Parts: sequence; C-alpha cells; structure tokens
Amino acid sequence: MDTIPKRKILSIPEKEKALDLLYQMLLIRRFEERSAELYTAQKIRGFLHLYIGEEAIAVGVMDGLEKDDAVLATYREHGHALARGMSPHSIMAEMYGKVEGCSRGRGGSMHLFDAALKFYGGNAIVGGHLPMAVGMALGNKMQGNDQISCCFFGEGAVAEGAFHESLNLAALWKLPILFVCENNMYAMGTALEISESEMEVYKKAGSYKIASELVDGMDVLAVQKAAKEAITYIRRSKNPFLLECRTYRFKAHSMFDAQLYRDKSEVEEWKKKGPIVTYKKRLEAAGLLDEKTLESMEARVSIEIEEAVQFAENGHWESLEDLTKFVYSS
Amino acid sequence: MIAKAEKIIETTYREAVRMAIREAMKKDERVFLMGEDVGRYGGCFAVSMGLLDEFGPERIRDTPLSESGFVGIGIGAALAGMKPIVEVMTVNFSLLALDQIMNNAATLLHMSGGLFNVPVVIRMATGGGKQLAAQHSHSLEGWYAHIPGLKVLTPFTLEDARGMLLAALEDPDPVLIFENTTLYNRKGILSAEATKVNIDKANIARNGKDISIFTYGIGVDKSISAAALLAEDGIEVEVIDLRVLRPLDTETILESIRKTHRGLIVDEGWRSGGISAEISARINENAFYDLDLPVQRLCGVEVPMPYAKHLETAAVPQVENIVERCIKMMNYERV
Repeated sequence: MDTIPKRKILSIPEKEKALDLLYQMLLIRRFEERSAELYTAQKIRGFLHLYIGEEAIAVGVMDGLEKDDAVLATYREHGHALARGMSPHSIMAEMYGKVEGCSRGRGGSMHLFDAALKFYGGNAIVGGHLPMAVGMALGNKMQGNDQISCCFFGEGAVAEGAFHESLNLAALWKLPILFVCENNMYAMGTALEISESEMEVYKKAGSYKIASELVDGMDVLAVQKAAKEAITYIRRSKNPFLLECRTYRFKAHSMFDAQLYRDKSEVEEWKKKGPIVTYKKRLEAAGLLDEKTLESMEARVSIEIEEAVQFAENGHWESLEDLTKFVYSS
Repeated sequence: MIAKAEKIIETTYREAVRMAIREAMKKDERVFLMGEDVGRYGGCFAVSMGLLDEFGPERIRDTPLSESGFVGIGIGAALAGMKPIVEVMTVNFSLLALDQIMNNAATLLHMSGGLFNVPVVIRMATGGGKQLAAQHSHSLEGWYAHIPGLKVLTPFTLEDARGMLLAALEDPDPVLIFENTTLYNRKGILSAEATKVNIDKANIARNGKDISIFTYGIGVDKSISAAALLAEDGIEVEVIDLRVLRPLDTETILESIRKTHRGLIVDEGWRSGGISAEISARINENAFYDLDLPVQRLCGVEVPMPYAKHLETAAVPQVENIVERCIKMMNYERV
C-alpha cells in the first residue's frame, strides 16, 4: 500500500487547544474501556464496537466542523458522538437501554443520535448512510446555506455500491460533503487486500473527480490540519472531498470477535504507534504535558465517566405501553 | 347567496399527478422532483412532461441510474429540510433502494427515539399488462405495506392521483405512492383547483349489498366493470377502493362485510403472504361471525410475469375472473 505522505512537522496548537485534543482522545479511550467492562458485566447488550486506537480521527476532524454541519457515522460511533459534544451520560444510558438515553433506549450502541448537535447516527448498514449524507449536502446546497455534511465510514464500505453511487452523485452535483474514510484495514474479519482490487481509497475518489488526501490517522494534529483544509475547500468551492485516514483498531471488531484473522504481533506493533501514546510524547517534548497535568486529566475523565455510568444505572426503562410509539410522527 | 360555480376540467390520471407536482412546487420552494428521466425525457410515463422548462434543472432533477443513491439522497434532503418527491421508475427497480427505504426512511424516527422524521415522498409506477415480462411487471405494493414506518398509497381515481400527492407532501413521515401504469391514460373530470385528500381512509367506489370486493389501483377499475356485468344478473357488488394499504382502513372493510357477509379481495400481487392475506386475516379476526362463507381471494398467479400475451393475461385477475368468482360466491360453491 502507499506510504502515507509525511506532512511537514506540524506545530502544536497553543496549550489549551493542544491539551483539549488529548483530553478528548482520553475521554473516548476510557469511555470505550469502561463500556467493554460493562458489556462483560452484561449491563450493555447486543453489539459493542469499540473505537480504541482510532480516536485521533473523530477528534481531529470534528475540531474543524461548525455546529450547523451535519455529521453521520457508522456503528462504531461512540468516539464521534463524544467528539461532537454528546454527553457520556446520554450515550451510556442509551447503551444501557434506558429511556434517558439519547435515543430513548430504542437504538442502543449502534444508533446514537442527537438533534441539537446534528448527529445523525449511529448507522449499522455498512455504506447505508452515505447516500443520506450526500442528500443532506444537497439539501444544504438547495437552501443556499453554508453548511456541509461530514460522513465517516470504514474502508469496508468502499466495496458497497452505495459508496460509488454516493461519490458519483456528490461530484456530479457539486455537493458540499466531506467523506472521511477510516481505513483500519479490516472489515470485520476481512482484510482490505482480499476485498479490494484497488486498495488505495483516496485514489478511488480521483476516478469520480473528487479531490482527496491520504493522512496518518494516528496523528491527531495531521488529521486536524488535513480536515480543516478539506473543510475550507468544501465550503469555498462547494465541491466534495475525500479524506482517507489510515488507522488501526486495537480491539476486535466487536465484543464477539475472536480475531482469528490477524496476528497478535501486528496489533502490538500498531499499539506502539497509537494516537494517544504518540501525542502524549509530543506534548511532553514540547513541555506542555507533565505527570501532574496528565494525572489530573485522567482524574477528570474518570469522574466524567463514572458519573455517566451512575446516570445510566439510575435511569429508567421506557414504559411497555409506549412500545409502538415513534413509528409515525403523530 | 349564489354558489360560485366550480370550474371542472376534463383530464387524465397522468395529468392529475402532474398537476399535483406543479401545484406543490409552485407553492413551496422546498419541493422538488428527482428521478431517472424526469427532466429532459419528460418522465418515463410522461408525468413530468414540461416541468423542466417551467422549474429548471435544480428542481426537476435528472438522476443517473442509481436507485439506492438517489433514494438515499432524497431521505437526506428531507432530513435537511427539503420536500423531495423521488420518482423511482417502476417498483421493480425500487428493490435496488430497498435498504434505503426500509433501513433508513422507515426506521430513522424509531431508532432515534423520535428525534428525526423523514418527510420523503417516493412515487413508483407499478403493475403489468404490457408484455414487459418478469423484471418490469410486478406489483409489490403489498410488500411495502408490511413495513412499519411507511405509509403506502395506491390512488385509483384522478382526484386521488392528484390529492394524495399533495397530502403526502404535508406528511412528516415517508410516504410511498404507487401509480399503476395502466391508469395513466384514464380520463376523468376534476375540479380545476387542486386540493389534497385524506390518506388514511378507504372509499366506497360502488355501493352494493351482496358482495364486498376489496381492491386497489387497477383492481378497482376491473371490479367496477365486473360489478356492472353482475348487476345485469341482479347481483349487487360493493367495490371498496382501499386507497391506502398502510395503514389499512380496517373499519371500512369490516363495515362492508357486516353489510354483505361476502368478501372478495382482488389483488394483482401474488397470493402467498400478500396484502390479500392480511385483509382476509383481519376480516377473520374481527368479523368472522358476519361471514356467510370464507373470504375469497383473486390474486396474481404465483409465477414471474410471463411475456406471451395469453400467459400474461392469465397471470393476473381479469374482469371475467371476478365475475365468475362472484357468481360462485352467491351460489356458495367451493372454489
């Protein structure tokens, strides 16, 4: 596969922002770790797809979006939901199935939604949300506003027809959409090399005449900068853009996956290049992070998450009488 | 006070649909039409002829052959505040977009706990009878009527062809409208002024006391013709134009059964597990003791639509079949 072009050494943003990026990644990491524990304890049921290892992408991209932009993601979307500003409380309660959850317990881990934050899921059909994201961009264009759509999906979605139809239509109709492909090289248990004749996702964009870039998804600053440039481009030119972020998921596809399809040694190699461990080193080297600051950050994260768990634990089950609600609007 | 004379026009089903699209687009900037060949071609069935000139290519939007893509785009545009009318050329091609229709349009409101409704209207041509064979001739309205979250409309009258689309555009939830291709040329009269109609009630197309026929779309036409023939033999058939397959107007269905005690469902779709089975079950559950004989069904024969004319004709209920079955019903003959 292509090596990721090395960007010029990026300057670290000023301290508050620099530390905030770390905080956001830590929040996602610890939230996911806690969710895994709660899943094992059977508090969370169904499917649980952890974002561990990929945090830099959600955090880096979301940083460049405005509050009126629309965000669509996959079933591995806890990190995106948190980075977008959803509270760990509403997400945890949703995974517990409580009515205080963001989707009233109707959706679960794979279907997190938030209207105020324009977070449109939480979509569990691989590739299924891409046409909707393009449609939202069309709606924005027709209404003449400045908003863009941001659509996250994995490299597995690239095999679905919906990916191709969506890219073609976005380019044809010149629509303001950012496609973010989180290429973690495995679609469930299927490696990219046994499913795509052309493995370079960003190159596929070229065949639809869509501008694209390949970026190191483990580097939050690289992602942040690339996303910001892409978003500026989209808003200015009203054309789509595809950002391919190379990353790796440190955990299995979901809690059920025995990971028979990849070597443990590969996982260990990638962990050394993980987004949090590498960013911490950079901050330390720049004198922005010390033991004390990190400890206090972890403590804050821990409190936030425990409060979220308590909120979920104390939540309520929706009344059975309401079972057939929310099928139609009235 | 002298009542203002209502201006009446003579028109066709096709033109009635076009009227609705025009009216809606004139009144509301958010409404737009999107689909294959709706613009430059004038619409595969000429429904949107002339609209491109009037409204321009942004709002009469030709799409590439990407059913999944453009139906999903319609859903997204609806989420973003527009009022799209997505035209899928025929129901046969809609299968490519089934994931978008079912897993997105029908399901978003529920999965999000009521946060996001999807006000998209999807129009599709349906039905056979033109020797277009198996991949162009099916009637899958009943399939779609299975899915909670969707509304499924099957306009027969010209007033419904026009008014249902207007009502659908005001509905906050996804609405599918099925236009039987044989109906497009049907002539009739309409008031010049377009008004919306209800999209939750069946209509008594013809009153009768002996047999209730429950049907929709082209079936209404055939049943009314059959009823005219049966009347010559003194059999008075009540024809119920279902108009809406989801939600089914169970009340009107049961009222009719309580009156006639004999029920026949006419459905161009296949028998097994079709909408006819659903209607039959509801009558069974709610009006069993009002029946003089089991509910009867005349449905599409369980074969993919054949090409040869005589085979195609034999594959769906025709007027003669309806007449024959009604006579048998009056004589309590086992079928």
